[in-house]
Amino acid sequence: MTDVIAAEWIKIRSLRSTFWTLGLTTLFVVGAAVVAARADYSNFPQYDHVQQAGHGFALSDAFPPVGFMAVMLVATGAGAVTVVSEYGSGLIRTTTVAVPARGSVLLAKAIVVALLWTVAGAVMSTLSFVVSQAILAGRHADVSITDPGAGAALLAATLVGPVCALVGLALGVLIRHSVTTMVTGVVLLLLVPSMFTTRRPWSAAVNHAMVWSAWQRLTRTYGPPDGVGSLYASFTGSWLVYALWPLAALVLATVVIRWRDV
Amino acid sequence: MIEVNGITKRYGRKTAVDNLSFTVRPGHVTGFLGPNGAGKTTTLRVVLGLDRPDAGTATVSGVPFRSHRRGLRHAGALLDAQQVHGGRTAAAHLAALARSNGLPARRVADVLEEVGLAEVARHRIGGFSLGMKQRLGIAAALLGDPPVLIFDEPINGMDPEGVFWVRRLFRSLAEEGRTVFVSSHLMGEMANTADQLVVVGLGRLLAAEPAAQLIGRAGSLEEAFLRLTSSSVEYRAEERR
Repeated sequence: MTDVIAAEWIKIRSLRSTFWTLGLTTLFVVGAAVVAARADYSNFPQYDHVQQAGHGFALSDAFPPVGFMAVMLVATGAGAVTVVSEYGSGLIRTTTVAVPARGSVLLAKAIVVALLWTVAGAVMSTLSFVVSQAILAGRHADVSITDPGAGAALLAATLVGPVCALVGLALGVLIRHSVTTMVTGVVLLLLVPSMFTTRRPWSAAVNHAMVWSAWQRLTRTYGPPDGVGSLYASFTGSWLVYALWPLAALVLATVVIRWRDV
Repeated sequence: MIEVNGITKRYGRKTAVDNLSFTVRPGHVTGFLGPNGAGKTTTLRVVLGLDRPDAGTATVSGVPFRSHRRGLRHAGALLDAQQVHGGRTAAAHLAALARSNGLPARRVADVLEEVGLAEVARHRIGGFSLGMKQRLGIAAALLGDPPVLIFDEPINGMDPEGVFWVRRLFRSLAEEGRTVFVSSHLMGEMANTADQLVVVGLGRLLAAEPAAQLIGRAGSLEEAFLRLTSSSVEYRAEERR
C-alpha cells in the first residue's frame, strides 16, 4: 500500500499546477484576512463599547468567509482533478493495469490529497490568523490562540481543505467529467446551505448538515455562539459533518470504482 | 499465455464481443486483426480486467488479471499512447508506475534507454510526437519485465525507423519466451511481424492459425483478411464510378 501512496505522491508533485494552485490560494486567503482585519481596524472607533470590548469579529477576520469559500472551491477542484484528469486522458487504464486493486488506488489518492491539503490548510489558516491578529493588535482587539473557540476555529479552517478535497475526489470518481464534477461540488458544498434557512427546524437540519455551515459554526463567522441562536449548528454536530461527508462520499466511490468498467 | 473462453461483452444494445474464444501462446508474436468495430480493443480490455464480460472468462497466465493486487510483473500493456498526462515528464510518468508496483527506480532509466527516449526523459510528454508517445507506452509495458505483453496499434504514428525497431523488439521479446499479442489494421506490418494470427469480425472469431498458413491459402495477408472479413465490415465506402 505504501508503494501505491508513494506513486500517487509522485503523480501529484510532478505537476507544476499543484504548487501554483496552493501558492495562489494561500495568497488569496491571507489577502482576504488582511482586507477584513484592516476594515475592522479602521472602523473600530465607530463600534460601540460592547463590540469594542468583545471584538467578536476577530476570529471572523482571521478566517474570512470569502477567502475560505475560495479554499473550498479550489480544494474540491484539486481533489476532483486527481482522478478526473485520469479519466479524461485515459491514463486511468494504465493506472488500473499497473494496480488492478482499484480500491487501493482510490485510497492512496485519498491519503495523498488529504495530507497535502492538511499541510496547505494549516499554512493558510495559521498565516491568516497571525497576520489578521497582528493588524487587530493595533486596536487591542486581537485574540490569542488560547482564547475560547480560537483553537477549534484554526483547526476547522485547516481541515476544511482536506474535507472538500476528499469530497471532490469522490465526486470525480462518481461523475468522471470535470465540469459536471465541479458544478456538483459547488452546488453541494456552497450553494445548498444558502437555499435552506435556519428559521424552520427541518430546513435548519439540512442547513446544519452542510460543510459550509459547519465551517461557519466552528470558525464563528457570526461571532460567539451564545448570541446567534439557531443560525449555528451544534459544535459536535459540526465536527461530525466534517467527518461524515468525506467518509460517506469515499465509501460510495469505492463501491462504484470496483463495480464499474474502467 | 492468454486464454479467452467464450467472452461476450455488450454496451447497451450493441454486442461488441460475441462468444469469443482463442488462446495466445508464449514464444510467438500473435497478431490480432479485424476491421474497425470488430471488438479488438474491447477484448483486450476484458483480458486486462478493465471491463467485466457479460459472459465467459479471460485469463493471463492462468488467472483472471483482476485477481492480482499489482499488475506490471504479470502483464505489460500499451492500449492507447495518447492516454498520458501531457504535464508530466516521461521519467515522472514511468517513475509513478514503477513505484506503484514496488519496482526499483533503475527500471525507469533501463526502459527509457531501451525505447530510445533516454535523452528526453526530463521533457514533458505534452511535447512528444505520436511516435514518441508510442515508445513511451512500450516503455511502460516493459517496466515490470512481464511474461505477457499486449499492444493495441503500437506503430500508428511511428516513422519507418520506429516501425523497424518495433518489429525487432517484438520478435526478440517472443524469442525470450514471452507472450506478445499485437493488434493492428496494418496488414503489411502484421505479415512481417506476426507468426500467429487471430482474426475477428463483428465480435466473433474468424480465424486463429499460423500466419504462414493463412497467407499461403490466399496469396497475401491482405487478400486473406479481406476474404475473411468481407461479411463483417461495418463501415464501407461506396465504389467510385
